[in-house]
Amino acid sequence: MVKFLPLKEAVAENLHDGDTVAFEGFTHLIPTAAAHEAIRQGFRDLTLIRMTPDLIYDQMIGMGMAKKIIFSYVGNPGVGLLRRARDAIENGFPRAIEVEEHSHAGMANAYEAGAAGLPCAVFRGYRGAGLASVNPNIKSITCPFTGEVLAAVPAIKPDVTFIHAQKADRKGNVLVEGIIGIQKEAVLAAKRAVVTVEQVVENFDDLHPNLTVLPSWTIAAISVVPGGSHPSYTHGYYERDNAAYLEWDEIAADRDRFQAWMQKNVIESSADDFAGRVEHLRKAA
Amino acid sequence: MSELGFTPNEMMTIAASRALKSDDVCFVGIGAPSAACNVARLTHAPDITLIYESGTIGTAPDVLPLSIGDGELCETAVTTVAVPEMFRYWLQGGRISIGFLGAAQLDKFGNINTTVIGDYAHPKTRLPGGGGAPEIATSSRQVYITMAQSKRGMVEKIDFFTSFGHGEGRDHRKRLGIDTAGPTLLITDLAIWKPDPVTKEFTVVSLHPGVTREQVQETCGWVVKFAEALDETPAPTELELKTLRDLQARTKAAHQGTAKGKAA
Repeated sequence: MVKFLPLKEAVAENLHDGDTVAFEGFTHLIPTAAAHEAIRQGFRDLTLIRMTPDLIYDQMIGMGMAKKIIFSYVGNPGVGLLRRARDAIENGFPRAIEVEEHSHAGMANAYEAGAAGLPCAVFRGYRGAGLASVNPNIKSITCPFTGEVLAAVPAIKPDVTFIHAQKADRKGNVLVEGIIGIQKEAVLAAKRAVVTVEQVVENFDDLHPNLTVLPSWTIAAISVVPGGSHPSYTHGYYERDNAAYLEWDEIAADRDRFQAWMQKNVIESSADDFAGRVEHLRKAA
Repeated sequence: MSELGFTPNEMMTIAASRALKSDDVCFVGIGAPSAACNVARLTHAPDITLIYESGTIGTAPDVLPLSIGDGELCETAVTTVAVPEMFRYWLQGGRISIGFLGAAQLDKFGNINTTVIGDYAHPKTRLPGGGGAPEIATSSRQVYITMAQSKRGMVEKIDFFTSFGHGEGRDHRKRLGIDTAGPTLLITDLAIWKPDPVTKEFTVVSLHPGVTREQVQETCGWVVKFAEALDETPAPTELELKTLRDLQARTKAAHQGTAKGKAA
């Protein structure tokens, strides 16, 4: 049964040291508040899965929480590089991390295979690509019907997935709309899923019948955190804080400045601070 | 800006935009490709279908997105699909006519590196990596590439094959079982290049106004081949320039507009 919990408890109950965890959201609906809560609780030796590590994994890697990252684009979208991740990969600072790199198609297929209960994903990919020779988890398989050689990657099956979403109803069903990304697959592929939402509404009676709704019984815990995906965004609630993404490039470029920023904005903050951070990004109705 | 009345980067974007047609279904990379695709949509190719890897199909943004997943892409799209569907049905399914990519490092056969400078395991510089590009490069029917020329960017040998172009040239794609055309056009800030029909080596077919052969060679890390009949790229029209500049001004205002000097 899904539980409505304060974020602090939802994270403490569902995440553990050494877990393989996905905090997903494809540019949209990134669960920043949940990631910051995990940082405050100081988990270690995590295997972090995300198609686009984005600022949250730059932060978790910079805080030394990651043992390994599995990803397909380790950049600051539209801005450039992720400098804490770079420091870890290039210099082993603050610790060396293992890297398992895929393409977006590889990761998307692997999540889908995880959701589908398959051991691996099969698709037409990585042809001529260098990743196939540096990542031992990229293999090939021959189609038994046509003889075509296709790519195969292991299914992604996280211990726990965190996502952000627009809203839940009282029963704990969850609505995701807009750029739905990989949210549904990441939840269904995981053993447990935790969802942060902007709000809880009475029911979903007035919704379009084909919207992306995750039934309550696919989710372990829901926490209400308005603004919880900032500086990413929540379609229908507030816009992406592109200025914050540009600013992050400077903050993360310097180890000391990064630590000072994390201390002030994460360690000494709480989930309640997110609502204020998106106030200026809400569209006039 | 030169006395020509436009910058090399403006010429690059506009020359790239001209290569696109209204009936194209274009998978758009961020940065220079995104600007070119939207200039095309706002000028001569109003019905072009622009697809971003966030699952937004048929987008018509008023400002250029900073990321491939900005909200405006979804708000203006014909439809928005999940990321697995994007890559499986639309790209792998063969529905993309043009994949439009940028490059950090490029070789003369259109192979692209956006992964690492130096050794993969111990990189000198860890770049963002491929994202959607490895499959865009092989599943789109054709690939267009756009980048500003530099010796650091256009190199004899790339450090990592993020996205496969023509490999070692000639029939290398075919030998790997890749049945799409691969890179068919390269637009830089100085010239337009097309692959040689046999060797597949990129060859300069048109110089932008005021550009010399020497300038193209000085900013390229391999020995440049020039076509026998070398054209001059038509200068940007007033409409093209105004469309691009207005788009960039709207984009700049929009991306800075949310700055409040507070925490992320």
